[in-house]
Amino acid sequence: MKYLVLIYGNPASRSAWAGMSDEQKAAGLRAYVEFNEELDASGERIISERLAAPELTKQVIVRDDRVSTTDGPFAEIKEQLAGVYLLECDTEERALEIAARIPEAPYATIEVRPVMGLTGDVDFEL
Amino acid sequence: MIEGLLRELAPQVVGALVRRYGGFDTCEDAVQEALLAAAVQWPRDGVPDNPKAWLITTASRRRIELWRSDSARLRREEAVFALAPPDPDPAPAVDDTLTLLLLCCHPALTRPSQVALTLRAVGGLTTAEIARAYLVPEPTIGQRISRAKQRVKGAAFSLPPPDERPSRIAAVRQVLYLIFTEGHTASAGTEVGRVELTAEAIRLARQLHALLPDDGEVTGLLALMLLTDARRPARVGPGGTTVPLAEQDRSLWDSGAIAEGASLVTHALATAPVGAYQLQAAIAAVHDEAPAAAETDWPQILLLYDLLCQVAPGPMVTLNRLVALAEVAGPAAALAELDALEPSGHYRADVVRAFLLEQSGDRAGAGEYYAKAAQRTLSAPEQRYLESRALRCLSGKP
Repeated sequence: MKYLVLIYGNPASRSAWAGMSDEQKAAGLRAYVEFNEELDASGERIISERLAAPELTKQVIVRDDRVSTTDGPFAEIKEQLAGVYLLECDTEERALEIAARIPEAPYATIEVRPVMGLTGDVDFEL
Repeated sequence: MIEGLLRELAPQVVGALVRRYGGFDTCEDAVQEALLAAAVQWPRDGVPDNPKAWLITTASRRRIELWRSDSARLRREEAVFALAPPDPDPAPAVDDTLTLLLLCCHPALTRPSQVALTLRAVGGLTTAEIARAYLVPEPTIGQRISRAKQRVKGAAFSLPPPDERPSRIAAVRQVLYLIFTEGHTASAGTEVGRVELTAEAIRLARQLHALLPDDGEVTGLLALMLLTDARRPARVGPGGTTVPLAEQDRSLWDSGAIAEGASLVTHALATAPVGAYQLQAAIAAVHDEAPAAAETDWPQILLLYDLLCQVAPGPMVTLNRLVALAEVAGPAAALAELDALEPSGHYRADVVRAFLLEQSGDRAGAGEYYAKAAQRTLSAPEQRYLESRALRCLSGKP
């Protein structure tokens, strides 16, 4: 089963990161490298990315064949998507276990969503 | 044709190499490379006179190259005898294939790892083919396979002791059935480029049945696959939608597969202790042998479900039994039993409730539960199916 893990930052987590010393930041990044290596070894990490600042977001809107693009800083929204993992796990419990171990987890809000697949029960066609 | 031959020979070649040199990990990698080389060379240069010997020789050479590139330490350990390819038939290949299947489904491995390793080492599929079939990136499958091989590195390449065999063989059956259901349920979608997992699962189940002809559950498993796959031509309607069993054009069903499956399960039930695969196959056979949906022998199916509830109880069996009960005793009786069940919270309970409500004439209620279930399934083809059922109920069309 594939699971998309969404990591949401908030003002507190962003200022905590900004206020860290260089050594603390290096340790934080090293924690991610080690975490990712472990998930690669188990074959569970499909991709993961850290997102650029929310202020760089663009909104693309297509209506009546017209495309409009606007800047999308949503300053009023405190929780901003900061990073994503796409995992391949045996069970949902395992995906939740991994999500809880994300180095940023103590500061962020993490969502785990199952990805739609193609399999279900053999006899779903009642 | 060449592809079929390669897949047939794959487990025998792995078995021959492991038997000779030991080191399942490297041997299996070497065989995979030999298979890839054959897939390129044979169509161009023709199939060699002794394809198995060719594969063993090529894999033996690749194994030494892999061995050498591994590390200097390993190079020193390399013995001269390792240069000579093994005898193409050192031991009955039959035992090797069973040993290999049991090793790939080793209890130390997770289910997805067992599936991937079985498809590659026994099925002869490439990592890329497995990745395509399971819609995951190739490195994910590659990692899964190499990690699985690391985990079983210390396991002996021999049949497990007799007291362990029943549970080890049960694991193989489960893995093959998982491969089958993956292919079967996805066949309702319109994915192109997927390896025919159902065909591969049936092929492996045939091999297992040939190795263990007296194992009633292996026979039952093969029968279940054949009897289920027989309906595939009628399962997908125009636009890729799933056609429910009751509405399928039965003239499209594969009568050869039905006859073979029915005869297998009849034999198993008469000669072996009863088991869950045999009972599920028997239920499928009753469906398959009914000339029309209205002529289905529901009392027989209900009886088989009652047995299944004893042999292999589980929430899905309980729910599916209610469908048969509704046909025999009416939807009200089945709904009453559904209400009496401990709420499982599984969307499948909503599917069954929707089906029973539809049968009892409450189409609005049915539509509501089909829609509710559609929101909670994780299978795209099933969601599409449930959404169309919901729409049909709510629109009031027949």
